[in-house]
Amino acid sequence: MAEADSKSAGVHYVQLSKHPIRFEPVSQLTNVFFDETNKQVFAVQSQGAMGVVVKGPDDKTNINFRMEDRGEVISIKFSYDMSVLAIQRSQKSVEFMNFTEHSDRVEYSQSCRGKTTNIIGFHWTALNEIVFVTDHGIEYYQVIPEKKTLKCLKNQSGQVNWFVWSPESAVMLLSSGPLGNIINPFHFKSGQLYKLPKFEVDLPVIPKPPKLVLHERDVTMAQIYGVLYICVLRHHTVAGKLTAEIVLYHLQRENPARRSCVLRLNMSGRFAVNLVDNIIIVHHQASKTSMLFDIKSGGESDGYVTFYDPLVPASPIRPFMIRAPSIPGQPGADGQKHELELYSPNWIVFQPNILIDAKLGYMWYLKLSLEPIVSLIDDKVKLIDFLLRRKDSKMVILKVCKQMMLPDSQASLPVIAQVFDLLNAGYREYLDKEIQAQVVVPSLGSILDHLVPYTGASESTQAMDNLRGRKAIIDQSDMYTHVLSVFGDSKNIHFKFIVATLVEYIRSLNQVFIPVQHYLYELVINTLVHHHCFYQLHQFLQYHVLSDSKPLACLLLSLESVYAPAHQLALDMLKRLNTANEEIIEVLLSKHQLLSALRFIRSVGVVDTVSARKFLEAAKQTGDSMLFYTVYKFFEQRNIRMRQVSKFAPGEHCEPYVKYFEGLFGADALMPSVPS
Amino acid sequence: MTGKSPEKTPVSLVNFFVFNSEYGPREGEEEKKILYYYPPNTELDKKIKDVGLCEAIIKFTETFSDNPCEAMHAQKTRQVFHQPEKDFWMVLTVSIPSSEKEKDGQSYMEFHEDDVQDSVFDAVLKQAYRMFKLFMGSFQHILEKGTAQNLKQRLDHFFSRYLQTLKLNQSDILDVYCGIHFLPLDKNTYLKIQCLINLLEATFLQVKYTAFLYNDQLVWSGLEQDDMRYMYKYLTTSLFPAYMEQELQGGSPYSSSTNVTGGPSTSHYGKFVTGPPSLTEPQNFGKIPRIFVNTGRPDEECHLLVYRALSATVCMLIEGSFQIPFDFFKSLDSFLGPQLSSLASDIGEQYARRPPSTAEPLFKYVYFNYMNLAQKTTIHADSNKKTAGSVSVPPDIMRLIGDINADISRSSNDDNETIARTQTGDYWVVGKKSDQREFYVVINQKNANLIEINEEVKKLCTSHFSNIFFLD
Repeated sequence: MAEADSKSAGVHYVQLSKHPIRFEPVSQLTNVFFDETNKQVFAVQSQGAMGVVVKGPDDKTNINFRMEDRGEVISIKFSYDMSVLAIQRSQKSVEFMNFTEHSDRVEYSQSCRGKTTNIIGFHWTALNEIVFVTDHGIEYYQVIPEKKTLKCLKNQSGQVNWFVWSPESAVMLLSSGPLGNIINPFHFKSGQLYKLPKFEVDLPVIPKPPKLVLHERDVTMAQIYGVLYICVLRHHTVAGKLTAEIVLYHLQRENPARRSCVLRLNMSGRFAVNLVDNIIIVHHQASKTSMLFDIKSGGESDGYVTFYDPLVPASPIRPFMIRAPSIPGQPGADGQKHELELYSPNWIVFQPNILIDAKLGYMWYLKLSLEPIVSLIDDKVKLIDFLLRRKDSKMVILKVCKQMMLPDSQASLPVIAQVFDLLNAGYREYLDKEIQAQVVVPSLGSILDHLVPYTGASESTQAMDNLRGRKAIIDQSDMYTHVLSVFGDSKNIHFKFIVATLVEYIRSLNQVFIPVQHYLYELVINTLVHHHCFYQLHQFLQYHVLSDSKPLACLLLSLESVYAPAHQLALDMLKRLNTANEEIIEVLLSKHQLLSALRFIRSVGVVDTVSARKFLEAAKQTGDSMLFYTVYKFFEQRNIRMRQVSKFAPGEHCEPYVKYFEGLFGADALMPSVPS
Repeated sequence: MTGKSPEKTPVSLVNFFVFNSEYGPREGEEEKKILYYYPPNTELDKKIKDVGLCEAIIKFTETFSDNPCEAMHAQKTRQVFHQPEKDFWMVLTVSIPSSEKEKDGQSYMEFHEDDVQDSVFDAVLKQAYRMFKLFMGSFQHILEKGTAQNLKQRLDHFFSRYLQTLKLNQSDILDVYCGIHFLPLDKNTYLKIQCLINLLEATFLQVKYTAFLYNDQLVWSGLEQDDMRYMYKYLTTSLFPAYMEQELQGGSPYSSSTNVTGGPSTSHYGKFVTGPPSLTEPQNFGKIPRIFVNTGRPDEECHLLVYRALSATVCMLIEGSFQIPFDFFKSLDSFLGPQLSSLASDIGEQYARRPPSTAEPLFKYVYFNYMNLAQKTTIHADSNKKTAGSVSVPPDIMRLIGDINADISRSSNDDNETIARTQTGDYWVVGKKSDQREFYVVINQKNANLIEINEEVKKLCTSHFSNIFFLD
């Protein structure tokens, strides 16, 4: 552990967004609210009389307005399209205000049912749908802004301690029972309320007399790799030592949520959970560090539950500089930059990746930087596997791969082979999906079987995002440009290693039926040629490891001067291509193999179309008059067959060769023009 | 010609010697020239005479040609000459088969000069040198390290045994080619083998070169072609048959599946063919031949460690200077054993899936490619001639092939074709050469005419050579 700590010292993989959203800090005059659905911060001054400043993720969601002071605001939230504002000022009712351009901003109200009922909270669940959570159950309403009324859609009664809402999946968890550990999940979808099987959170100790032990702060919902999990923080004692773990319950539609993963925190104290890029980030306040968990990396399973240790040693969030707020009476300190207090007790986290310091008036998005993690995972296969599941990881992956090739940090062949297999499996998957996407309109399985979340994006764009954005695709040209190119640049890589690596890559591509690009073959060939390993090259070609192509055949022809058999290999390849008769003729003529060339054109039936001049010129160049005679007679025959005369047509430009023939053998040797 | 003389004597070895004319230039010192002479119990005087005669022939013929003398034909013997290294000559003399004939009531010996082909015995002689060089290094190399006496010892040590293994009577076109039988294999399996070998060489750095064979067929060679050619010859004609025989007799007490390391049973089929017969007896290193190759540099000495699992064999050439510790074998075994076993069964399965060849075809052929030494034959039941009588055509047909081959080799043309018919008319032999490939077809069709035979061969070529540039 000590070693691990030293390794991670100074390494920061979790960081705060560079441009935080600033808002008026909490003070006696200002109340601050956060709406998880629209991710908007509301700074309400003097209950709205002095103004409400709303800051959201983008300019469209920023807005300033004033409203009448009608008592202390408990909660305030805009509808999805920001056309209706909901304000809770009492435990009995929620007020609404139409917020469109020409609306009169007159409030209308909806009370909860029953005299003894208190509203715990409310959330917008769809465009004009809102749910009230009360201590007696939930009330699901449709807001009709034109009529300034609400219509009840559904009610569900039952005792409620607290609730958790996940806007991403439109799922709400209600806690009930004296211990708070009976969880009732509900799913909201187009005006319908689906009750999912309830389940019980396993408690380490049951207090006597019973009291509420499972609290809202211990429960979060997270969509990890497309599956909705309920993350429950749990403290328990192991060997006399208090320690904490996070239990992930897999929420299902038909069956009660199942305990499927346990994240071992090995510490105790206050924790908070965020999710970035499917990585669970657990912040620990006491040690001021954060831990990463990837439920697709490793883990030990006992057959039911998989146990995870932090992926890499815990590390603090990267230091962040802020401007000090002006403190009255200390004008000099105004605007001074200083380091933000990380893991402050004033921090509140929201899902999936939001961090708010209400005292300072900052809201950040958490980000994960992959580069620092690279040095913390020694196992390259595990590292690449991890990186392949991350967003925007392509360049990092390529950098890691490149390192694996360099002499100082060279990986062993089995590791390289496994890494290539991982990369190509992803590449293949991408190609398959791309083909599918072209063939049929994607009907992607939704997040939670049929629990379709409300999102602005249509399903198909989401599918393409999953394809392109989520997973890094490393194709052959990426590998060639960023990784394998080091072989050319770096002089001190042993060529055996180069060849072995390239062969591994080709093997890996072949294994998943991805056609290998010519430039990879060229790299193999050049490496072998450069080290005079011609016989090895020969064997590769013999077993068709290097697939046939015209460029490859030409490359081989160019090698003939250093390795004679390359000529035969090239000719064989051209023959197999079936489309390279022209090239074959050229090769034969250039080698003065006139008779072979004639036999070849006869065998492929192109006698009538070849240029006689080309053949006669090649024959003349040999200086072998008998050979010239043979070739000449061959074409004389052709002329007769095609045009009934032995003479060449003027367009064939054979006059010099006719003269040459006459010079050698006399005009009598020419065939008479008109056969008798 | 055939069948008339069943009691023909076979071709046999008359003598074989190695000499260097520079070693005893003065009269009376002739003995020094002789480095090796077989049969060894020959009188010195005869040895000196034989060497002297050869020297004289060589010197004499030099005046007529730039090419050194190749062979001398005599009524009862045939002598072939080979100068493998400067001033070193090797001479092989074989007897001409003879049979007793009767004419006018008088019996006399008829010698069948045509039964002995220069090209074949020239090849046998050259092969003898290359085998020596493979195991002992070049003459020059031995002399650089030692004396002529050392060279003599080595020659004696090697040839006294090697000559016993010669089967002169069975020598034919395959000796001329000295080719390699390659294993046809799909790309992916081939790549797997490649990767295994790359990994092997990266893991065990002392392994300089590797070759991979399946049964008697070569899959991969990290050695240069010429080295591989003779090592292949050694493996397939000597080492493997001997090993198989030993295996059949249950001579090897050690089986890897019965737990090698003493740990939990890691069952695989790997075994050392050369090297320790058992990994549980650390004092027994077994026999590991040393060979000399010229791939990296001339006369590089290596241990030839051969490991086999099922039908797959990996030949590892290990740096000669490396004193192999016993643990090296153990780690090699645990590395190679499981992987090689699974690869071997993969290849085996691929083979089992291939449809068995249909009924006896009308023709038989021999194919050879000078460029990669690939050789194929359906004339020989067993291309390595381990068993006698494996040739499925009459000897005179084999000789005819040899003669056509010799003719084609002399011709300057790249492409060539010869069609011949035996006197009895039972057989047609067609020899073709296209670029660097040679192809001989033997067709047993009594009533066929030339046109039909030509058509037949054309069909054969199109069906067999669609993948290569072979002009017909």
